[in-house]
Amino acid sequence: MTEYIATIGLETHIQLNTVTKAFCSCKADSWGDEPNTNICPICSGQPGTLPSTNKAMVEKALMLCLAMNSNINRTSFFDRKNYLYADLPGGYQVTQNDMPIGKGGYLDFLMDDGREIRVHIDNLHIEEDAGKTKNDGDERLIDMNRCGVPLVEMVTQPDMHSADEAATYLMRLRQLLRWIGISEANMERAHLRCDANVSIRPKGTDKLGKKCEIKNINSIEAVRTAINFEIERQTRELDAGNKIEQWTIEWDNDAQELRKMRSKETAADYRYFREPNLMPVVISDELFESVKARMPELPLERRARFISELGLPEYDASILTAERDTSEFFEAACKIYQSDNKRVSNWMMNEVLRIVNDKGLPVSALKITPEDLAEVIQLVDAKKVNTSTGKTLIDKVEETGKRPAELVEELGLGLVSDDSEIRRVCERIVAGNPKEVELYQSGKETLIGWFVGQVMREMRGKADPTLTQQILNELLKK
Amino acid sequence: MTELTTLSAIEQAKLIREKQISAEELLNATLEQVKKVDGRSGSLDEYIEEPDDLKKVHAFILMTDEQAREKARAVDKKVAAGEKLSPLAGVPYSAKDVYCTKGIQTSAASKILQGYKPPFNATVIEKMDQAGAVLFGKVNLDEFTFGSSNETTAFKPTVRNPWALDRVPGGSSGGSAAAVAANEGAISLGTDTGGSIREPAAFTGVVGIKPTYGRVSRYGVIPFASSMDTIGPLTRTVSDAALVLREIAGFDPRDNASGQVAVDDYLDALKQGVKGMRIGISPDYMKITYMNDQGEYDSTTIDPDIERNILDAIQIYKDLGAEIIEDVPMPNTRYSVPAYFVITRIEAYSNLQRYDGLKYGYTTKDSVEDMYDLYFKSRGEGFGYQAKLRLLTGLFASQEKYYEKYYLRALQARGLLRHDFDQAFDPNGKYRLDVLLTPSTPTAAFRFGGETASDSLLMQFADQFTSPMNFAGTPGVSFPSGLNSEGLPIGLQAAGYDYCEAKALRAAYAFEQATLGADWRKAKPVVLG
Repeated sequence: MTEYIATIGLETHIQLNTVTKAFCSCKADSWGDEPNTNICPICSGQPGTLPSTNKAMVEKALMLCLAMNSNINRTSFFDRKNYLYADLPGGYQVTQNDMPIGKGGYLDFLMDDGREIRVHIDNLHIEEDAGKTKNDGDERLIDMNRCGVPLVEMVTQPDMHSADEAATYLMRLRQLLRWIGISEANMERAHLRCDANVSIRPKGTDKLGKKCEIKNINSIEAVRTAINFEIERQTRELDAGNKIEQWTIEWDNDAQELRKMRSKETAADYRYFREPNLMPVVISDELFESVKARMPELPLERRARFISELGLPEYDASILTAERDTSEFFEAACKIYQSDNKRVSNWMMNEVLRIVNDKGLPVSALKITPEDLAEVIQLVDAKKVNTSTGKTLIDKVEETGKRPAELVEELGLGLVSDDSEIRRVCERIVAGNPKEVELYQSGKETLIGWFVGQVMREMRGKADPTLTQQILNELLKK
Repeated sequence: MTELTTLSAIEQAKLIREKQISAEELLNATLEQVKKVDGRSGSLDEYIEEPDDLKKVHAFILMTDEQAREKARAVDKKVAAGEKLSPLAGVPYSAKDVYCTKGIQTSAASKILQGYKPPFNATVIEKMDQAGAVLFGKVNLDEFTFGSSNETTAFKPTVRNPWALDRVPGGSSGGSAAAVAANEGAISLGTDTGGSIREPAAFTGVVGIKPTYGRVSRYGVIPFASSMDTIGPLTRTVSDAALVLREIAGFDPRDNASGQVAVDDYLDALKQGVKGMRIGISPDYMKITYMNDQGEYDSTTIDPDIERNILDAIQIYKDLGAEIIEDVPMPNTRYSVPAYFVITRIEAYSNLQRYDGLKYGYTTKDSVEDMYDLYFKSRGEGFGYQAKLRLLTGLFASQEKYYEKYYLRALQARGLLRHDFDQAFDPNGKYRLDVLLTPSTPTAAFRFGGETASDSLLMQFADQFTSPMNFAGTPGVSFPSGLNSEGLPIGLQAAGYDYCEAKALRAAYAFEQATLGADWRKAKPVVLG
């Protein structure tokens, strides 16, 4: 059997989270809105109307260029891509052809197995979205709400060699988009869309095989499955002695199968030319510097810093930099706690992220604050509460929004470190369990845990465990 | 009261302001004049020529009496209440039917937009409204402004030249020019992509200004070639043109190409005269250069009457104290027509893509197989011959494989043309012009169906003196300068540099004032006789 190497490139469409559309003042996000309610004379292609460039769109595209290490064209141009289709009311799409805002660049990321991958970017350009077409029986329905919604199209070089790498790239991209705050990057809502070009070649050869384009893969899982299916299909074809034809393939997510759309036709001629109605996109020094200054530390940089500066293990650093707000929460808590960062990390991962998972909310939407987390750990450290009470306390804070100390007071959760009170309970337990005392004294010293547990139960967890054990040892050894 | 219609807009506004007439009276007089000289309005109905059609102007395709009356009465109420009046309060005007008017049919003289009522107003329509002007009708044009004679309109009967009814009014703003010449309103708004304001202005003996690209907002005006389209008024006097331009000019956030440059008081500037002004003459604007069958540049003379006319004008300017700079080279003028052909057709093809028979306007009544069949039939039936010709030539020239051969070279030619203007007007250069004086057109108005009208390529040489300004983006005013030996109006063009409309208007005004008593000014269009 021949072994093959797969080569994969991804084309992503990223919907920018601007308030208004690319070239008019209609609301950009129409999720849940009735069809054709967010339209105006401009985006519905009325004659005589003119586009005006949304500055927020340019800034967000610039942020992405910076995050992707792209070369930025300080003067870029809008072009018309001419074609006739019902969901394109102007008869042309406004896009950037030969002078896009960003050229080149790359995204570095880590695979789960620790491999470092660098995927290069070919180009990055701003364009407007087209409307949505829906077939309803023999009628074709057009929703123009999406017409003119700002997108960045980003095309990678064929740098990935497995479905897993492609899926991870997309995951890292999604993380990055949310991190820099330019897109909601919700694939279910099509804020992030992906087409994949897939080819295979026998191992040891250089020439890339004929590629097939898979359209419409709109979840990370679908990317993984669809690309794997396509690699398997191409492998079967070559093994059977067939040639790969250049197809366009559609991913049917419901049926979980690939469907051939068309064989490669002669390339369409879009007759690109500069959109005369729009001035060039000029990024002034002022704009460039202000956007640059607003750029946050990026995930991989922050991960590295968490390892080097905060002394976290790689695993912790990865988890805590998966989302920007998680990392910011964590770092803020560390600053307050001011000692063992790994200890904060444990609490963060075990308790705070547990709530995040349970609630399905981002960290930033939680009631608990970094101050709260640091305070809880400090309460545990000071033996004012024990660890398990600390955990309960986190939940209580999240439930009520009250400060931990306040809750300890209110609910009477404070640890009893009063020697005499604990001694009284210990004596009662020792007196009431002669059989266990005998067993212990005959050598089964592990029973000490059982005794501590009994005391704890009696005192509803408020006894200082170290002190309790000390007293019990004393009483039992008599 | 029809003599009211012979007055300028400024005079009309003054009478209203002084309560000598009401806005409604003036509107009535204007509508009366239309009734008298215009004949039946252009329509999409099957056209069967009637003898009376040959005796009328047919400038209009839609009258908006009702809205106009409402507006006129509102002005009258303001007058009665002693409120402050806007400069054009109560003055009736018409607009070329490419200006989108909210709730009012806007056709671009094409069947493809049949029944289209825009849900919005063009910026300039709103500005005219704010200036108090009263829109009373929409005038005919070449379909989508594609032409220089008005013969390509889908709305028949076509516009006739009020000076000679067997001649074209020019185009594409032929309806505007004819309406103003025939006293059907003192103002009409036109558009100019290669000469579409200035050529018909010259053909009908009126004033027309094409401002700097970016001086007046294009928002809501149906485009021809977006990189060259400009908006301007046609009027009977230079002062009226200056006033209207002042009212409609200025930055518009809805037009990205509009400039954030302060608007001069053009009307006030007129008084400054031309003493000491540097007025240039170029040999390249005294001949028509074209490519002959052998692919070599050849040239032919302009109408000798026009040549004599410009020489006379030079003398007048000298007498007024202007400095005449002769032999200003504008060598790239010869590239204007071929480059114009390529650029405007490519942009026009793209701009016509949105007329798909789906969203608005005309849809085929035929049964259709699918979406593309619907496009095919609706567009096939909806576009006229000239529109199809431009679509096809645009489609051809815009092919990716011809990008360098046609589009890129046309852009280079455009750069060269612009360079001519930069050199001539450079304040530190050799020529340091304030104004370039040229004939507006190489000939006077031609006959319907004559050699020029039937050959769309030759017809474009009518644009050779006007289209360079559309490439350069610079302003030009065409103003009446006399009559040729057949008694037809002739126009001269005062062309200026970027945003220097005031200088061009000053030159036009100085000539106008110096020739107010000239014999030729006593001649009137035949329809007014």
